[in-house]
Formats: sequence, C-alpha cells, structure tokens
Amino acid sequence: MRGYRYIDKITTLRVDRQRCVGCGNCTVVCPHRIFSLAAGELAINDPDLCMECGACARNCPVEAIAVSPGVGCAMAILTGWVNRLLGRKVLSGCC
Amino acid sequence: MPRVATSASARDRWGTVGARIGIIRRNYKVVPGLYAVGSPDPQSPVLVTANYKLSFDALRHRLNGIDAWLLVVDTRGINVWCAAGKGTFSTDEVLRCVGDARLDELVSHRELILPQLAATGVSALAVKKGCGFRVFFGPVRAADLPAFLRSGKQGDEAMRTVTFTLGERAVLIPVELFLLAKPLLVILFLGFLVSGIGPSIFSPTAALHRGLVLLAATGGGIVGGAVLTPLLLPWLPGRQFWGKGVLTGLAVALLAWLLAAPRLGAAEQTSLLLWTAAVSSYLAMNFTGATPFTSPSGVEYEMRRGLPAQIGAACLALGLWLTAPFL
Repeated sequence: MRGYRYIDKITTLRVDRQRCVGCGNCTVVCPHRIFSLAAGELAINDPDLCMECGACARNCPVEAIAVSPGVGCAMAILTGWVNRLLGRKVLSGCC
Repeated sequence: MPRVATSASARDRWGTVGARIGIIRRNYKVVPGLYAVGSPDPQSPVLVTANYKLSFDALRHRLNGIDAWLLVVDTRGINVWCAAGKGTFSTDEVLRCVGDARLDELVSHRELILPQLAATGVSALAVKKGCGFRVFFGPVRAADLPAFLRSGKQGDEAMRTVTFTLGERAVLIPVELFLLAKPLLVILFLGFLVSGIGPSIFSPTAALHRGLVLLAATGGGIVGGAVLTPLLLPWLPGRQFWGKGVLTGLAVALLAWLLAAPRLGAAEQTSLLLWTAAVSSYLAMNFTGATPFTSPSGVEYEMRRGLPAQIGAACLALGLWLTAPFL
C-alpha cells in the first residue's frame, strides 16, 4: 500500500524456506502484496509492510510461515493490558 | 430461501448512515444462511460473506445482472475482516454453514468464492478437506467481483490490494466521534469539578467558566486526534500515530492560542496546550485500530512510547490547571 508505512523491522513474520513448496497461496491472500513467487522461489518484497493479519500463515499448506497475528488496535492492546493487570476482565473493548 | 435485491433501498441507505455514525452499528445483522440474487441455478457461483448488514449490502449491491447464491456466515454481525481476525469468520464456521445450507445438494459444482480478507480466518485447504468445496479467494472489494467472475476467477494485483484512500479514512470519523460521547461527558463533569477548585475552596462560577474553557480544549484535542489525523494521515510526518496526534493537537492549540490566549494566564495557557496535545495524541493512537495497515507489534511499540508521554502531559496539564487560580 503506497504511502502507508508503519514501524520498520518489527514484524514477527518468519518464513521457513526449507518447507516452502512454492504453491503461491501466500501471494494470493496477502492484503499488502508483500510476497512474490519467481521460478518457485518465494520472495518477501517488503517485510515492513506486513500487518501481521495471519492470512499467509493460515493458508500455507506446509506451515512454512509463522506470524503472531493480532489486532493492530491500541484500544484492544490497552484493554488486554488493563485486564491482565487487574487479573480479570474489567474492560470489554469496543468491538 | 430468500431472493434479495441488488439495488439499494432507502432503508438500506439510512441503515448504512446509521451504522457509519455508530447508532445501529452493534446490531446491524442479517440472518445467516443462503440467499439468491438474480435467478441462480445449480451452476451459479456461491459467494460467501459475513452477516453484518453493511457487508451483505456491499456485496449484493454490486451484483446487478448476476445470478448467484449468497452464503451468509454467522459472524455475530461483524464485518468480514474483523470477524476473520477474531476467529468468527473461520474454517469451522464456513464448514458449518455449507453443511446447514446443504450446498452439495443445491449446486452441481464444488466451488466457494470467499472475500480475500476472509483468508485471515479461513484455510482454503481445510475447507476443501472438510466439505469438498474448493475455496477461491475473490477480490478485496465487492465492486471488483463482476470483473473477477468474468475473468474466470482471476484477480489482478489492484483487486487484491487493500487501499486507504481519503474517502475510506473520512468515512471512519463519525463512529469514532460517536464512541467519544460518553467519555466526553465524564471528562466534562470532572473538568467542571477540577476547574472550580481555588482560593475559595470551590467556586461554581469558576467551575463553569474554566470548565467550559477546558471543554473547548478537549474539543480541540478531539478535532486534532479524531478528525485531522485520519484525514491527513499519510501527510503527517512520523510513523507513530501518537506523534502525528501531538502535531495536529499542537496545530489546533496554536490556532486557539492565537484566537484566545490574551484572556488566560501563562499557567493556564500551558495547561491547555498540554491537554489538547495529550488528548489529540491519545485519539490519534486509537485510530490505529481503524486502519488496514498497522500491525499489533507496531502498535504495541508505539504505545509503550506514546502512553507515558500522554499520561505525563495530562498530569502536568492537570497540575497547572489546579494551581493556576492560586497564582
């Protein structure tokens, strides 16, 4: 997505190239088009554009991709912190 | 099994407005299950979507002239991408829906077309194993579906890329403001209390006058964080949203300062500046949840930096506001 870069060098995305079979599923589902396949070789064009949505990991048939998915939402993270701090579910979030 | 229209009714349009403002957002659902558009037959495609009515409408309103089955999954009234992320638009949910609708008796083919953004929650391989239907991930936007179907279910790069245009950002503002109504009332009340504290213990006149000024500064922070930040997002410098919010907050504060500063003392001016910036920064940081590109790792990174800054600035602002009447 042009013009919308977020925090660099922080993504949890990891690809195990030994396991990759070049099926191309990840190249189809990624909402920010960070994968490409050339001659059966997987390339990650721009890992900093990864938003950790998990679609690639979910659809990899050989579990070659790992990412810790979650919601990129400050409110969701804050709710998680507060609830963990207080030991119980105090805040429920807005969605 | 109902046949639905592909043209938007007045009720649909008002519903969209209500959902976008936030009034009917939480309970804007359609009954999950099978629907038809046009006159589908056993060879017609099966298009899967979420049971949030905005999602359902977004899909069917783009299917003019097309015969298709719509399989609506129970996502508890949440849109496709959020539900996929939360685990409600899941492999299991799709399998359940396909089974309940007895799809294998309805259509002669074994294909499902899912929105690309459902891929976060649905494994195409697992669905195939579970019910024998092959999943094709369609375009991100329903508007591209006709072209997708015509091209033999081939999506191009543009169809598969998520965007965040000015229009797409602007449409998110009303609901953010709506969700602020209750917290704003609380702040208003506390603001009046805090503003009345002075040499005469508590002055209702001061509470009112100073409270209203504080409310205006809060409003300025809201404009900075919840209106300007979304609108100007790609042009605001810095990657971290809380920083962008500081900038817009300071811009609003500067404008207010130019218009109204002479009437306030230095302590109060500084207090309001800090408060406006803190509110704007917090709300801008909150906007991360409404964007299609912020990662949870990134948001956590910036929260560890932004929250202390916001809390610090707010505390300082409060301290100055409380002491100002005594100076």
